[in-house]
Amino acid sequence: MSRPEGIRSSRRSLQVKFVPDEDVLKHISDDAGTKVRKDKAQLSVSVKRFVKKLENISDNEAQEILEEKNYVAALGICAQDPVGNGSNISGGEVYSFQTPKRSNKMAELASELAQTPEQNVAPDHSKCPEKMAKTPQSSTMFLLMHVFSLLFQSKKREFVSTTPYRLRKRLAAPDPYLESESEYSASCSEEEDEEEQKEVSTVLSDQKTPAKTKAASTPPPRNSLAKKIKEPKMGSLVEEYFEAHSSSKVLTSDRTLQKLRKRRLNQQTLHDLLKNAPLAYAAEIRDLNQQHESLFSKWMLQLHLGFNIVLYGLGSKRDLLEKFRTSSLQDSVHLVVNGYFPSITVRSILNSITEEVLDHIGTFRSPLDQLEFITKRFKEDSSLELYVLIHNLDSQMLRGERSQQILAQLSSLPSIYLIASIDHINAPLMWDQAKLSLYNWLWYETTTFNPYVEETSYENSLLVQQSGSLAFSSLMHVLHSLTLNARGIFRLLAQHQLEKKDNPSYPGLSFQDFYQQCREAFLVNSDLTLRAQLTEFRDHKLIRTKRGADGVEYLLIPVDDSTLTDFLEKEDEDV
Amino acid sequence: QIQEDLNKQLLNNLVSFLSRSHSDFQEKTTEWTCRMKFREIPTAALVLGVNVTDHDLTFRGLSDVLQDNITPYVALLEAKDCPGIKNLMQKLMGQLMNCDIDVDPLEDEDCVQISQNRIRCSMSSLISWYESVTKKTDSETPSKKRNSSSRHWQSPPVVVIFKDMESFTTKVLQDFIVISSQHIHELPLVLIFGIATSPMIIHRLLPHSVSSLLCIELFQSLSCKEHLSTIIDKLLLTSQFPFKLGEKVLQVLINIFLYHDFSVQNFIKGFQLCIVEHFYSQPLSVLCCHVVDIKKRVYSLSHDQCENIRRLPSFRRYVEKQESGKQIELLTNDSFLKEETEKLLKDLHVYHENYVSILRCLHVFTSSLPKYPLGKQIRELHCACLENRVWETEEYESSLQLARMLNKTDLVTMLQQCVEILMSSSGKEFDRTVEKLKEFLTQFQNLEAEVSQERDVSVSSQKELQKKTDLYHLQKTLLELKESRRSKKLTKFEMLRFEVVDYIDSLVRRYLVPADDRTLHEIVYFNAATVLRGHLNAAPRTALHTALNNPHWYLKNQALKCDGGGISNKAPDICIVYKLHLECGRLINLVDWLEAFSTVVMAAEEPNAETASSDQVDDIIHARFIRAVSELELLGFIKPSKQKTDHVARLTWGGC
Repeated sequence: MSRPEGIRSSRRSLQVKFVPDEDVLKHISDDAGTKVRKDKAQLSVSVKRFVKKLENISDNEAQEILEEKNYVAALGICAQDPVGNGSNISGGEVYSFQTPKRSNKMAELASELAQTPEQNVAPDHSKCPEKMAKTPQSSTMFLLMHVFSLLFQSKKREFVSTTPYRLRKRLAAPDPYLESESEYSASCSEEEDEEEQKEVSTVLSDQKTPAKTKAASTPPPRNSLAKKIKEPKMGSLVEEYFEAHSSSKVLTSDRTLQKLRKRRLNQQTLHDLLKNAPLAYAAEIRDLNQQHESLFSKWMLQLHLGFNIVLYGLGSKRDLLEKFRTSSLQDSVHLVVNGYFPSITVRSILNSITEEVLDHIGTFRSPLDQLEFITKRFKEDSSLELYVLIHNLDSQMLRGERSQQILAQLSSLPSIYLIASIDHINAPLMWDQAKLSLYNWLWYETTTFNPYVEETSYENSLLVQQSGSLAFSSLMHVLHSLTLNARGIFRLLAQHQLEKKDNPSYPGLSFQDFYQQCREAFLVNSDLTLRAQLTEFRDHKLIRTKRGADGVEYLLIPVDDSTLTDFLEKEDEDV
Repeated sequence: QIQEDLNKQLLNNLVSFLSRSHSDFQEKTTEWTCRMKFREIPTAALVLGVNVTDHDLTFRGLSDVLQDNITPYVALLEAKDCPGIKNLMQKLMGQLMNCDIDVDPLEDEDCVQISQNRIRCSMSSLISWYESVTKKTDSETPSKKRNSSSRHWQSPPVVVIFKDMESFTTKVLQDFIVISSQHIHELPLVLIFGIATSPMIIHRLLPHSVSSLLCIELFQSLSCKEHLSTIIDKLLLTSQFPFKLGEKVLQVLINIFLYHDFSVQNFIKGFQLCIVEHFYSQPLSVLCCHVVDIKKRVYSLSHDQCENIRRLPSFRRYVEKQESGKQIELLTNDSFLKEETEKLLKDLHVYHENYVSILRCLHVFTSSLPKYPLGKQIRELHCACLENRVWETEEYESSLQLARMLNKTDLVTMLQQCVEILMSSSGKEFDRTVEKLKEFLTQFQNLEAEVSQERDVSVSSQKELQKKTDLYHLQKTLLELKESRRSKKLTKFEMLRFEVVDYIDSLVRRYLVPADDRTLHEIVYFNAATVLRGHLNAAPRTALHTALNNPHWYLKNQALKCDGGGISNKAPDICIVYKLHLECGRLINLVDWLEAFSTVVMAAEEPNAETASSDQVDDIIHARFIRAVSELELLGFIKPSKQKTDHVARLTWGGC
């Protein structure tokens, strides 16, 4: 419900008041004793009483209001800073350690985002505590009612909101206690938290919530957050890390795309669909890009002065570089390297320089030799100039240490001008001091928000059905042209593999076992025939062989289980 | 813009000069090591510090010096060229034989060429080559190589420099050392190790059996901080250089230096960038030139440029201070403006001259104070002075307080230093100041005579004190003494000390006015610190994070505006997908993710898209989701996982 920012900010403000157990109990017996009753109407009455109470408090106790204002102000301040301005975010805030999260968090956020209407005044917004910063009093009350109404409306246990709950508690507590208890120890409050948690679950279970057992088993994350308050930041970070890594099993739902009734898209349809889908905020993006384009002449100047330029920021920078190329480099020798291309290598880059630019025919023993040759040529002939544009300098193929070294040395030549783009969040880690000084980068932030169309098209995306459909059709195709026995052999292997699909470390079927099975099924009469058959499979890339640690040959079909299942079903139909 | 290039050359010269100066002492000792020709290989370990990027220049300077003075045979080896002993030998041979070509280029060039390619690169071939070379020089020197051989010895040593010893593989190094130690009698070899960390590394890399073959002498190079202060001294604190750095910019550069890399080269790069930026972005930077050129350039200004001058805030302030008649003249008459500008620019130049000298004087005073309230280095003082009026700061107050407590000898030496500085400076206004300071000095000398008399007085008073035995009287006199001491005028020395400090103070107030207060300072000072930081010390992760979390920052659309932590559901797809993925743990179920995404997107489109055929919409959303996910994969937030079907693994932590 409340976003992590909300929780964090309130944690940071440290204004949260904790109430000791007795008070809570007393308070519950006094005010909220009715809560336990199953009657919904009764509960709503109690809500109203809470609200009234709040009003009383705000009327009588000026101090209370003051504190509340402080609290709210602190929230407001904190709410601003996580998103404040781009340059002021510290690294820790950007990517801190992972906190274990509930599996259904995403759904919650989604529903929340979905509910967020265009105008920011709707009640849903009061769910996030930051929003309260504007109108403290009214929104808190609103929030109270809202939380309770949500409790009634929804049977989902997710709606046991975290922060609002705390607020309710704080507001509901009688004021004298509140003041005296302000410095209450955190350990105590933690126990109390747990107690209250239980109470919540009982309340919920009394409300005929279907998920009552679950609610007890998975306490809201707030509990862990409360723990963190008492610990020094460092220690908690370390603990979080180990907490996140201690359990090997991850709690996620078991749903798979297979079960989704929707068919998988292939590359082509995906492309078509995306082409039809309108690009959001086209005008703004165009403005942004125009801003970057105004820098072209500056880039040229700086390139000529011996700097190299690297572009970073969200969005594809391919179009930008292309535009730079067409507008500024039309008359000069330039080389465009598509780093995202899966088969690009440093060698091919060097080759294209030596062959296309320097007109040199011949091969080199190693890239280092080639580099030396290029260096020599460029030093000899000062009129030679070359612009190198590299899209995605941080791509899989180019991010290796040696390729970066070579590229860095190349870029350090005074008459080679390099302009490159990076996208990966960890791209700067590729370079150490020595390489950085060779590259002599000037950084330019060019956030374009353009979709990475070209860059991702070579990626083996998880969702795009490419290998799958292709594999399936090719499987069918190849097998249909084979003899019955060969098909039988393949079936045996496939069945065996499917039986073992739950075993993640399944190495494959060993050749001996396979031979045995084939013999028993009267499919082969000697292991030579089996080998001949397997060679045929291997040639069509239907199987893969691997030598295990013990020297035994293992056979594996490099197709995912679902395709294999489909295949077997199809085969059964045919037979 | 020609000027920039000039500047750059100057900088580079400076750096090489620095490295050379420090390699001078190196050279003497290599001579010494060369004399030891036992089984041990004479070795020099050069500790250079962590600023690896600067080492290149140092080594180049070193090898130049060696080549000039000791031996023509110098080979520079880098770890990245030598993955194995074979490559190392090849490289070594190649470099040495190239040296040979340099010495006598007319002879058998083709022969050498062949040897490079064909001959098996081994130690024996190296030795035979060496013998042939030395013999040749022996036999035919008299006429041709007198000049060189007079400097080189009869059998010049072969110097092999390992630039970055830490990154060599141990095996290669060991092998090389063992092999060459076998041949040390035939081939006088000297090794030089460049070390970035600590000399201990030699013993860690090489086992005892190998390191015992070396005769190591350790040399420490100057620390990079000293390099920096020399550079700042030569570049910023001179009046010859028209271009100046503003306070913030200097602060940024120094911070990058101190907290990031300790690299003087990077500092210079930043400085170059400043120059480029300044001349690129400031249209009036034409006027940023040497004094002699000012007149010419000012008079060649066009009308537009004059308008630009009038638009400068500092100039406007200046105009406002003038009388009305002059104001109108300044604002309307171009030629009058030019005259005025020239005068102001010359003023600015004079100001710089004075500024530097006085700054140095002040530094003399403050750098010896306890706890260094104004900083130990002159650059800190410089920053403080640039930032605002230094005499208004607390630190200045406290340092003056401390200066008032200095003892005499210190004070005298400081004054003498100040006099020297001022004498050497080119400013014309300092004649009187120097006189004044000299006067102080003579007064101090006079004091000495008086002090001895005074001492007599005090001694006598103490004698009186001893006479009294009565307790009451004693107490009374003590009180009196105390009283008198308190009320008594300060001693002459103290008076004089006060005077000196006050005088210095007045100098500071007069000359160390922050540059921002000067008219036309925009022409000479570069102040865009944020630009500089953005280009040199960029934060790509932060930019990504901001773009994903707060697209409104980049896309100025009202629909995206959403205060608080969240983003609106109309944000670009990738932002929504990113936001959703933050809610997950290590693994993310794609189906859940897709569902959540479509919930959000559907809600955003609800008002108008209800009518469209739902299947069509679904497919498009699916496609958009796929695109966003693969973009996240490209950005390195997720990767496919084999742990569970249809799951991806998250690669970043937390991310609240």
